[in-house]
Amino acid sequence: MTERDRAAPGDGLAPASTALPGGAGPLETLAGPPRSQWLNVWDRFRRHKGAMTGAAIFALVVLAVFAGPLLWPPDATLIDIRARNTRALTACFSEGEPWGWEGPAAAMSRFFAHIGAVAQCFANPETASARISWAHPLGTDQLGRDILARMLMGGRISVSVGIAAMLLALGLGSAIGVVAGFFRRLDGPLMRLTDLFLALPLLPLLLVMMLLFREPLSGAFGPERGIFILIVCAIGVTSWMPTARIVRADVLALKEREFMLAARSIGTSDSRMITRHILPNVLSPIMVSATLGIATAIITESALSFLGLGFPPDFPTWGRLLFDATDYLQQYPERVIWPGLAISLTVLSVNYLGDGLRDALDPRGGGR
Amino acid sequence: MLTFTIRRLVLAVPTLLFISLVIFLLLELAPGDPMAQVPLTVPPEVKERMREALGLGQPMHIRFWKWLVQFFWIEPQVLADHIFGTSFSAGDLRVISWQTRSPVMDTVIERLPQTLWVVGTAYLAGILIALPIGIYSAYRQYSWFDQIGTFVSMVGFSVPPFFSGVLVIVIFSVNLGWFPSIYDTTLKVTDWDSFLRQLQQMVLPVSVLALQVTAQISRFMRASMLDNLNQDYVRTARAKGLGEYCVVMVHVLRNSMIPVVTVIALGVPAIFGGAIITEQVFKVNGIGHLLIGAIQANDLPMVQTLTFIFAVLIVLFNLIADIAYGLLDPRIRYD
Amino acid sequence: MKTTTLLLGAVASIALAPEAMAERGSDGHVNIIYWQAPSILNAYLSSGTKDLESASLVVEPLGRYDPDGALVPYLAERIPTVENGGVAPDLMSITWTLKPGLLWSDGSPVTSADVKFTADYCMHPEGGCAQLAKFEGVTGVEIIDDLSVKVSFAEPRPNPYGPFMGAQSPIIQRAQFESCTGTRAPECTDANFAPIGTGPFVVDEFRPNDVITMSANPNYRDPAKPAFASLTFKGGGDAAAAGRAVLETGEFDYAWNLQLAPDVLARMAAGGKGKPVAAFGSLVERIEMNLTDPSPDLPPDIRATASAPHPVLSDMRVRQALSMAIDRDLLVEIGYGQAGRPTCNLVPAPAVYASDNTDCMRQDIEGARALLEQAGWSDTDGDGVRDKDGKTLSLLFQTSTNAVRQDFQALIKQWWSEIGVQTELRNINASVFFGGDPGSPDTFQKFYADVEMYANNFDGTDPESYLAQHSCDKAPRPETQWQGENINRYCDPEYDGLLAELGRTGELSRRGEIARQLNDMLTKSYVVVPLVDRGRVSAHANSLGGVVLNTWDSELWNAADWYRVK
Repeated sequence: MTERDRAAPGDGLAPASTALPGGAGPLETLAGPPRSQWLNVWDRFRRHKGAMTGAAIFALVVLAVFAGPLLWPPDATLIDIRARNTRALTACFSEGEPWGWEGPAAAMSRFFAHIGAVAQCFANPETASARISWAHPLGTDQLGRDILARMLMGGRISVSVGIAAMLLALGLGSAIGVVAGFFRRLDGPLMRLTDLFLALPLLPLLLVMMLLFREPLSGAFGPERGIFILIVCAIGVTSWMPTARIVRADVLALKEREFMLAARSIGTSDSRMITRHILPNVLSPIMVSATLGIATAIITESALSFLGLGFPPDFPTWGRLLFDATDYLQQYPERVIWPGLAISLTVLSVNYLGDGLRDALDPRGGGR
Repeated sequence: MLTFTIRRLVLAVPTLLFISLVIFLLLELAPGDPMAQVPLTVPPEVKERMREALGLGQPMHIRFWKWLVQFFWIEPQVLADHIFGTSFSAGDLRVISWQTRSPVMDTVIERLPQTLWVVGTAYLAGILIALPIGIYSAYRQYSWFDQIGTFVSMVGFSVPPFFSGVLVIVIFSVNLGWFPSIYDTTLKVTDWDSFLRQLQQMVLPVSVLALQVTAQISRFMRASMLDNLNQDYVRTARAKGLGEYCVVMVHVLRNSMIPVVTVIALGVPAIFGGAIITEQVFKVNGIGHLLIGAIQANDLPMVQTLTFIFAVLIVLFNLIADIAYGLLDPRIRYD
Repeated sequence: MKTTTLLLGAVASIALAPEAMAERGSDGHVNIIYWQAPSILNAYLSSGTKDLESASLVVEPLGRYDPDGALVPYLAERIPTVENGGVAPDLMSITWTLKPGLLWSDGSPVTSADVKFTADYCMHPEGGCAQLAKFEGVTGVEIIDDLSVKVSFAEPRPNPYGPFMGAQSPIIQRAQFESCTGTRAPECTDANFAPIGTGPFVVDEFRPNDVITMSANPNYRDPAKPAFASLTFKGGGDAAAAGRAVLETGEFDYAWNLQLAPDVLARMAAGGKGKPVAAFGSLVERIEMNLTDPSPDLPPDIRATASAPHPVLSDMRVRQALSMAIDRDLLVEIGYGQAGRPTCNLVPAPAVYASDNTDCMRQDIEGARALLEQAGWSDTDGDGVRDKDGKTLSLLFQTSTNAVRQDFQALIKQWWSEIGVQTELRNINASVFFGGDPGSPDTFQKFYADVEMYANNFDGTDPESYLAQHSCDKAPRPETQWQGENINRYCDPEYDGLLAELGRTGELSRRGEIARQLNDMLTKSYVVVPLVDRGRVSAHANSLGGVVLNTWDSELWNAADWYRVK
């Protein structure tokens, strides 16, 4: 997408503000045979600790939700009413006497007694005072459905909806923002369109979309894929506007910078200006929007299914699991922790990925 | 800049009219029925009569025209009457809600104080916390401060208020008993005591909301600062011997504000719009609660009026943002 | 026997003594929370429970139903009956007499003119009165003297207690509403928000959809009541938050309709600040079977109408098998706890109308499988789903969005899968599902699904109009803009005939007999499959005394008797 770090030799005159600083790009270009700037980016990306951690966690999450059901076969929708409200294995930690301070010796013996009780519980959960079982490591819900299986299945929907909707919103938003900022004549109409979309009430809009497109889409793509497309579009179409406004604002400022004038003066075409000089420079707000967008999309999806506009009610998603568990916050705190943790982890990992990407694409940021 | 502002203001009129038409058509098209909340024990014939009494029997264009007249002609008269004690509007039918059978604007004005108190304070607090966090995080990128800031804000943003709101209620109202779980909208601030009580009941909803605002704005602030900190002009400024504070807080900050101003301007109409879920969780019953209630009850005049007011604010604040760009970066011109 | 009664009387009088000595307003302030906020205090312009019950603190009817469903006089001196001469022997009219000396909260006397005006207000052709059904068949309201009115009906009325009975039909003040009839009704915001009434409280401030503040009515007929000087009626939030505010934090004294999972409610009650109370009425959660074909392949004027019988559910054996697979005890345990009990009847109460049908109580998976085999549905291709003539036994099961209903859907889907029936679940936003928008495919009347689940009840204690919902002519269809209450499109001439007989019968025991028969016709043919007789759970603080939960009338029916436990 970007070649910002290196002045293309063919352009003759290097745009002042992008190529001159003593980053790695130009030096390497001079040093030997031209090295692909993508390799440089990759190098910087690979050395970026945050980015690699983010990538690893993200890969893990994706792997878990897509391959996990192979390793953990129980059916997420199967009801085992006798096993309902099973606690997660973490409940083992509250086995045994509560701690207290009655002198070092007493505390020590209590501590070991507690360790013993916890170990005993993990080895043999059936003996514990709470209902705990290795068959349901994360516990079960109020109908006895296995929460681990539900988390994995729910993650598949949440992660794919989150990413797809975020990409759609980002694509729409960036495209409209760049075009509006770059072409003065289109600025007015496109920004008024943005105002219109910002002003539309979300819920009636979604209801209308469902009414108009649910049947045709499920007819064309099958019920599940149809609903998926519809939800991704619904979230995407209703959340691109902030990105568009932010990108446009950055482009407006960027357009007046010296290197843009320089590039224009040598007759660079509009499309080349956009891909080569504009997009790379508005990447960081886009990255922030991406991270925030994923979180918003996952939560919005749960709001949709709660309103009866999303997947069928027995399809778990992380947002929905979190919502359903909120009532049980005091009795079964782990039920809110799992989905909350999963959403936070996904969002954090995408955030670090985005940070790393931004840093890698910025030739001047280098060493940090 | 002045001509630009005037031109945009003039252009805003047809834009808003068009937006109001789109909103109206959207609401018409949306499935739903103002009788949905009427108990099933009421027979269909009676429901049909009730619909007619609401004016639903009339054709669409007449209803839209009626709303336009009521909103743009009669409501301003009512306002004038209220301010100057005149009686232009006597006998004219105002925009009437289908749920409460009372003028929509009265309810909106009734809801404004609590919305502004809670959501406005949260927004202000969020911005005031977010800006320094964003600036410092960028200035010391990947320091422990930045790492903690990133972690807290991303987790804070990932946790939806329907959960975080209940969590703080369970901790601070149920277990500790420090703050009330239900916002008292009838509380009038008259003295120090009632002011303290007002503060007390605002703490929880404001902190839940402010967390979201802070997370969002600090991320944009940080990213934008990072983009600018490595620019040539910063190096030049430093080389010139300018103090570090001056370099960062004047030059870099000013150039980094453009996306942040955009985000802030996008959020202001949302203050007025209230925060639907947080309001619901804490029973603040502000404008967000009013809107969602009206949507669920299919109270079209109420929804139409509220969304139109949002539209006005959106257009207005986006215009303000556009003007602010020009002030922050004088090279940006719109003519 | 005699002595026991005497003793009981003595105990009762001792118990009542401290209350009787109390004086008006001596117990300070009381806080009530409803998680739906009232929009208007005029029962004739809105029939939402939240609106009716909040208004019931201010305006009162001539008579109310007590917790057992019996009629008690409020503004009337006594309940008119044929025996006491209040109801004409031909059942064509009823004469009500007001208690003497009643005053409105503004100090003016209550007269029969106010009663007549109330009827005129609601029966105004352009008013869009929400309680018009209460006045159906009323030909005139005639003032006899200052305190009596005679209501005449077009045809004999075995149950003449429609007008002026219950929270739906309170008496409003003529002087206040005189200029508010017909199309001018919505213009009287002040009157609609603060009606002058005869109830224990008067409105100080009304904020629509938010909060009402009230204070004791200085002209209430019992000088010692109400015990509370002021009252706050807060609305909004959700049931869990309302429960928490009464049971856990103690901020509020009374919370309405805590529809929560039983273990969540139990945990809250363990907070010790208050206690949940439950009572049963006529609300029944049921599954409705679609007798017409909802297939999207059919043209819109035929889809889901009587001209296209359902390919699967028209067979009673399939319907019965679906019912037999359900374990109602478990449903109650999971979803409603003490606020529910399993039922096989559409009319679960009052006792005289309730059938003894208990056929459905026991879950019988084996029996259900056998029935399906018998009906020709068997699993020929071994995929676990039954089929017949190349068609698989697959149903679309829809309901409104509601946590308990989604749990029920999941459970029922599982049971049906055990008998080889595949189920696709769908939940629909309640404002769309229960709305009558003929343009939407998702309304419960349109029923573009095979089975659906919701709850319904009847007003007052007489189920006649409720049972009449299943007559042939009430089926929703394109010609009626999909309006109608016969959701299943059930049509049986014998049923309609019996219904007509019920309309002509005045004698209570015979009416009960017919009603039970009608109930059995619907439920024993498994057209309507009742699941749970749903009670109401509300909660009150331990310090709030005098609460008697009533599901036949407003829950706040006896707020005048509430007091602070000291």
